Amino acid sequence: MIRALVLLIFLAVPLAAAFAISDPAEMLPDPKAEARAEAIGRQLRCLVCQNESIEDSGADLARDLRHIVRQHVAAGETNKEIIAWMVARYGDFVRLRPPFEPLTWLLWASPALALVAGAVIVAFALREKRPPPAPLSAAEQRKLKDVLKS
Amino acid sequence: MIPELGHFALALAVVIAAAQAVLPLIGAARRDAALMASAPSLAFGQFLALALAFGALLWSSVVSDFSVYNIAENSQSLKPLLYKITGVWGDHEGSILLWCLILALCGAAVGAFGRALPAAVRARVIGVLGATSAGFVLFSLTVSNPFVRLWPPPWEGQGMNPLLEDPGLAFHPPILYAGYVGFSIPFAFALAALIEGRVDAAWGRWVRPWALAAWAFLTGGIALGSWWSYYVLGWGGYWFWDPVENASLLPWLAGTALVHSAIVVEKRDALKIWTVLLAIGTFSLSLCGTFLVRSGILNSVHAFANDPARGVFILVLLALVIGTALALFAWRAPRLLPTGIFAPLSREGALVLNNILLCSIAAVVFTGTTYPLFAQLLAGAQISVGAPFFNAAVLPLAIPLFVVMVIGPMLSWKRAALAPALIRLWWVALAALAVGVFATFHTAIFPALGFAASVWLILGAFVDIIARIRLFRLPLATSLARLGGIPLAAWGGAIAHAGMGITVAGIAGMAIAEHRIVAIAAGETVDLGGYRWTLEDLRDAPGPNYSARLADIRVTRDGRVIAVMSPGRRSYPLQRTTTTETAIRTNLLRDLYAVLGEERDGKAVLRLHVNYLAPWIWLGALVMAAGGGLSLADRRLRIGAPLRRAAAPVVAA
Repeated sequence: MIRALVLLIFLAVPLAAAFAISDPAEMLPDPKAEARAEAIGRQLRCLVCQNESIEDSGADLARDLRHIVRQHVAAGETNKEIIAWMVARYGDFVRLRPPFEPLTWLLWASPALALVAGAVIVAFALREKRPPPAPLSAAEQRKLKDVLKS
Repeated sequence: MIPELGHFALALAVVIAAAQAVLPLIGAARRDAALMASAPSLAFGQFLALALAFGALLWSSVVSDFSVYNIAENSQSLKPLLYKITGVWGDHEGSILLWCLILALCGAAVGAFGRALPAAVRARVIGVLGATSAGFVLFSLTVSNPFVRLWPPPWEGQGMNPLLEDPGLAFHPPILYAGYVGFSIPFAFALAALIEGRVDAAWGRWVRPWALAAWAFLTGGIALGSWWSYYVLGWGGYWFWDPVENASLLPWLAGTALVHSAIVVEKRDALKIWTVLLAIGTFSLSLCGTFLVRSGILNSVHAFANDPARGVFILVLLALVIGTALALFAWRAPRLLPTGIFAPLSREGALVLNNILLCSIAAVVFTGTTYPLFAQLLAGAQISVGAPFFNAAVLPLAIPLFVVMVIGPMLSWKRAALAPALIRLWWVALAALAVGVFATFHTAIFPALGFAASVWLILGAFVDIIARIRLFRLPLATSLARLGGIPLAAWGGAIAHAGMGITVAGIAGMAIAEHRIVAIAAGETVDLGGYRWTLEDLRDAPGPNYSARLADIRVTRDGRVIAVMSPGRRSYPLQRTTTTETAIRTNLLRDLYAVLGEERDGKAVLRLHVNYLAPWIWLGALVMAAGGGLSLADRRLRIGAPLRRAAAPVVAA
């Protein structure tokens, strides 16, 4: 797979091993609980994959993590508790949605910062003095006089 | 012999590109007509040399010449002919060669269609393209040579990644590259303008068609890639915010901004410095996107070190191209005096707002994609930035963008009033609100918002055209007769905006998709989305270079057979890989989507989806690209349409 990844450097598509299908045996019987487990799983990164959530990945680790999430859901823990448990075990790397902390302030502020930067650029552009329009040529002066006279 | 010819042609291309980089630029500086006139011929020559090289590689692949290292590594004799051809650009060396070929084609296109350009502008544009080309062709010749021989040649090649043996992916790279590389032309025009120290409305008129063409290709290329991941990867997803996808989205966002700001340059002679910067930025993002991101540096710094020679060459090359362009901008841009005054509330003002929002989205995507790398390098921290972040951060910027997209075209140039525009849009707003409220009763808040936005965009796109033909104010026949008088560019804009609405509807539809994972034996039945899915049979089916396992599924609704589909699994013995073959049946309003998983104790694991409006995502992108093409066909947009000649008699009078 590494060879394939190195060779295929120019496609704009993710080339992951296309075998992400879960085993129904590992799913929770209650559809509501299963939906909740899936929503949590989408927030968690499969640690050995590239940018895949544990719900999308076919890796063994992802399968184990899916199983753990479901155990916790079945035990009645809240989403926050389960994610906190995962972070305690694997660090912030496991969260696909990074937490809001000093390290990621810049990241979360990026939409607002980009807009502010845009506004500042526009404000500067508006203040910039524009050159006065070129003075009228002699012919144009004559024409203007004619227009004003009539 | 043929590979050697190709190798020679590649070396020749480097020499011609170097000449193309030097002679026309000297000619333009010295006002030497003969040197300037050499530009188109050199561009044609470089293109011919690269076409020869590419043809030689194609030949080697088709006849399975395994004495060529590149072919031995990536092909095999049993591969179907189509994939022997498309496999040429399925690997690193071949895709660089295709990239260079398209870049040379851009230079040749300016040479062929740019006859109406002033000689100095044409010479400078082709010269800049030649300089860029020289670097990348040299890269291909030295550290990424596709013609390296292998001795002794093996009996059989290693075979291509089976994921690539697919028609969708076969044509994804050329279209995507045409988009990426196409932005080299606006880039070259921007540098030419900076060298000359002058940007005027004519410049905007020259740049816009090229930018529009590149944008249309990029739109199509991204859509094709997204469609491919939808039907091949079998996750039921279509966009994963993967670094490689973000890398293609960045130039698209900047290019969309460029296409719009070029309108302002052309029509109102304003926003010139900004448009020049956007033209440079868009191509720079294309380069970074293709060469840096796919090199794996964002996923891991170590992947980059796999091949240090290539990595360092590319880094230096990118720094040279982008650095030179930005330095030239910093040095010369202050000489471009701002002209063209407009009130903040005007068509220009709306286009500025559109540019700010598009560039902000691009900035967010860029920050999110590169943040893990910087966090690791600067703070030593390992963090992930994935889909949940991008969805949360892009949405607040996308909503105002959608609002402006509809209101902006209603405003007049220079100075506008908001109230008349809003009055003309009241029924669109009402329709969007009605759909949104109706949807909230059935779905969550975000899909409802998406449906409302799509109605707003699709209907809003045509309000301007309805106003122009004075529908319901004049007799219907007169109104329809007036349709013919609407310029193609106006149709193009409306259709492209409506295309965005169609895509948004598809995205909203996918947000309410239903799926189920089941393990059933042949003869058993499950219900999903109002359909009854019956697994009829599990069988083996042989293929040319793989063996397959298929599941036959019959889908019925109220006893009526809707579809019979056969998702499967293929295993390729040579590459020792398995791929899933998704089965999809669509009626344009929903996709029935089935994937076959593992089998255990006679039971097959099936993943079944009902994806509402899924085809609209790519249909919308196609409509957007078509809108761009229509705009391109407008006679007024033809390249080199003489603006100065029209202005000259007025001054003389």
